[in-house]
Amino acid sequence: MKTRKALDPDKRSERVSWALVTPLTLVLGFFLLAPIATIVTVSFWGYNEWSFYPDFTFDNYLFHLTSAVTWATYLKTLKFVVLTWVFCAVIGFTVAYFLAFHVQSLPVQIALFLVCTIPFWTSNIIRMISWIPFLGRNGLANSALISLGVTDEPLEWLLYSDFAVVLAFVHLYALFMVVPIFNTMMRIDKSLVEAARDAGATGFQILMNVIIPLTKPGIMIGSIFVVTLVMGDVITVRHMSGGQSASVGRIISNEISLLQYPAAAASSVVLLVTVLLMIGIMMRFVNIRKEL
Amino acid sequence: MTETTEKKGLSRRSMLKGGAAVAGAALGSGAITGFPTIWAQNIKNITLRQFGTGVSNLNEVGQKVKEDLGFTLEMTALDSDSVTQRAATQPKSFDIADIEYWICKKVWGAGNLQAMDTSKIKNYDKIVGIFKSGKLTPESVIAQGTAPHSVGFVEGPDGKTFAETETGWMTLIPTIYNADTLGIRPDLIGRPIDTWAELLNPEFKGKASILDISSIGIMDMAMVVEAMGEYKYPDKGNMTRDEIDLTMKIFTEAKKNGQFRAFWKSFDESVNLMASGEVVIQSMWSPAITAVKSKGIPCVYQPLKEGYRSWGGGLGLSAALTGLELEAAYEYINWYLSGWVGGFLMRQGYYSAVPETSKEFMDANEWGYWFEGKPATDVIKNPFGDAMAQAGETRDGGSFYDRMGAVACWNAVMDENQYMVRKWNEFIAA
Repeated sequence: MKTRKALDPDKRSERVSWALVTPLTLVLGFFLLAPIATIVTVSFWGYNEWSFYPDFTFDNYLFHLTSAVTWATYLKTLKFVVLTWVFCAVIGFTVAYFLAFHVQSLPVQIALFLVCTIPFWTSNIIRMISWIPFLGRNGLANSALISLGVTDEPLEWLLYSDFAVVLAFVHLYALFMVVPIFNTMMRIDKSLVEAARDAGATGFQILMNVIIPLTKPGIMIGSIFVVTLVMGDVITVRHMSGGQSASVGRIISNEISLLQYPAAAASSVVLLVTVLLMIGIMMRFVNIRKEL
Repeated sequence: MTETTEKKGLSRRSMLKGGAAVAGAALGSGAITGFPTIWAQNIKNITLRQFGTGVSNLNEVGQKVKEDLGFTLEMTALDSDSVTQRAATQPKSFDIADIEYWICKKVWGAGNLQAMDTSKIKNYDKIVGIFKSGKLTPESVIAQGTAPHSVGFVEGPDGKTFAETETGWMTLIPTIYNADTLGIRPDLIGRPIDTWAELLNPEFKGKASILDISSIGIMDMAMVVEAMGEYKYPDKGNMTRDEIDLTMKIFTEAKKNGQFRAFWKSFDESVNLMASGEVVIQSMWSPAITAVKSKGIPCVYQPLKEGYRSWGGGLGLSAALTGLELEAAYEYINWYLSGWVGGFLMRQGYYSAVPETSKEFMDANEWGYWFEGKPATDVIKNPFGDAMAQAGETRDGGSFYDRMGAVACWNAVMDENQYMVRKWNEFIAA
């Protein structure tokens, strides 16, 4: 009778680990690393009006980084990022705080949380476009303001302006702040808040010294979502500014439509590096892994 | 028409039986559609792949080809940038390219298209002068930009450079064209508009728009700059760097002063801007005007004293087409010019390259309204059944000769195209 040699448990668990990790590695390799490698490669290629060809040139980067349009656009995009982040963080924190600490019963918490997700039942684009008739010159907002006597003339800056862009961004992405912040707040041990109160802390002191420090990972995860989404946006800026503002995403999409794929690849690599740097800086403030 | 279809059915059934019956029926069906060809039995297996911009790539045309000619026409609609790219880089992906003349100028050099023998084009003599001599009537002045006749001919079947005159070898067979101008909301403006310069009139501050497609937008800008008396371009269709800078400077200043409400990129955006009253004067395309009107909102395609900016498209054959497929492509082109498609397009407000043949496919009221600029005697409907005009209305700009006779420039691609695009992006980001 043949006996199977029993596998050494250490080796066995090593094999299991390899088996478990392989699918994810393959998926990430094929769908994340390979495309990025392709983009980086093409970004050094040359191009003419109707084709692009292998080459090793820094022209694409040189043109992109020395163009005044690039800098103006990055500045504008950063402005949108900062404004959107501030509003999303304030709104997200307030909503999450209300849900986590003011609403006492769990079923109500869950029900209200689901209410927050209702706008997400329709597509991004529809939620954005529906602002246009609302904010327009003859839109609901202006007719309401005029009939209330707040203003005589329709407010022009409501639509096709930076205001409209930021408004749409905040509307689209506030929930990305609410969810992670709510999640971390729910894990805060309520007895910590009670202990702080017993020790004589005011409501504001509790917020600043107990709740905010413990919610940091949630705020950071939400911030990463908001920053990356706004940095990479293509259509919101175009539609809400009426095509009058540029964004980094639009530069890339313009280059693609003009068949300048190597230039578009170089712009994408620069954007990718910028976003990675921003996330790297944000990670400096909070060690998400340790806190989770 | 019904008779034809029935006979077709018969011939298709007989095909299954094979033998002499097939040849007989196929010949019979050929005779009825007016294209008697001995190889009609083989042609049904042919599929021609056509691609182009959305304007004339209509499913109705594909269906009618199947009905009248028996072969299959596969159509792909793309935006003009993708069309250019495909014509230049993927010759094997298409049989027929439905492209604009300025695209032809850009891609002909790539050698993916073959010139057509005009002796095989039955209605060649009836094609309007714009596409042959460049002159609509013998007295006409040739407009600036990429005028269709200037890229319409080559020296021979393999010619790479464009010929000055009719050579018998055509690059594109013209299919569809029109004259574009500014669209206005007469109810919100309340006074006559007669010049391109009004686009930058401070009176319309925050209520004007221009299209964000650089190759067309720059031409509209040039019309405005010239109308304002700022500069007279030797050729709007081929500006120098200085001229591009000057044009952009004037418009960037206007943008910074808040002249523009928005820039539009797609057809529906231009319709919404106009219909909602956000914009009262803007660059517009003819079908967009109709779409605004069909909502019951007054909108006029305003003829202006400086003239129109015009565009035209045509069918080109892939260099890879040979033998039976090539014959089928010629058959298709002859059919295209024989009138049905022309009528179909003219009833939407475009013009056909051979208007005489289209006349047979339009009633007297339609012909009078669309071509002759006469008041409609009854409701004018497009091929899809939507009302385009009521009795008593006349077409904005008048007759074919009034409109196409007043073309100031054609859509064009400039030698300094790359520079222009870069400046355009700066303008948008400004």
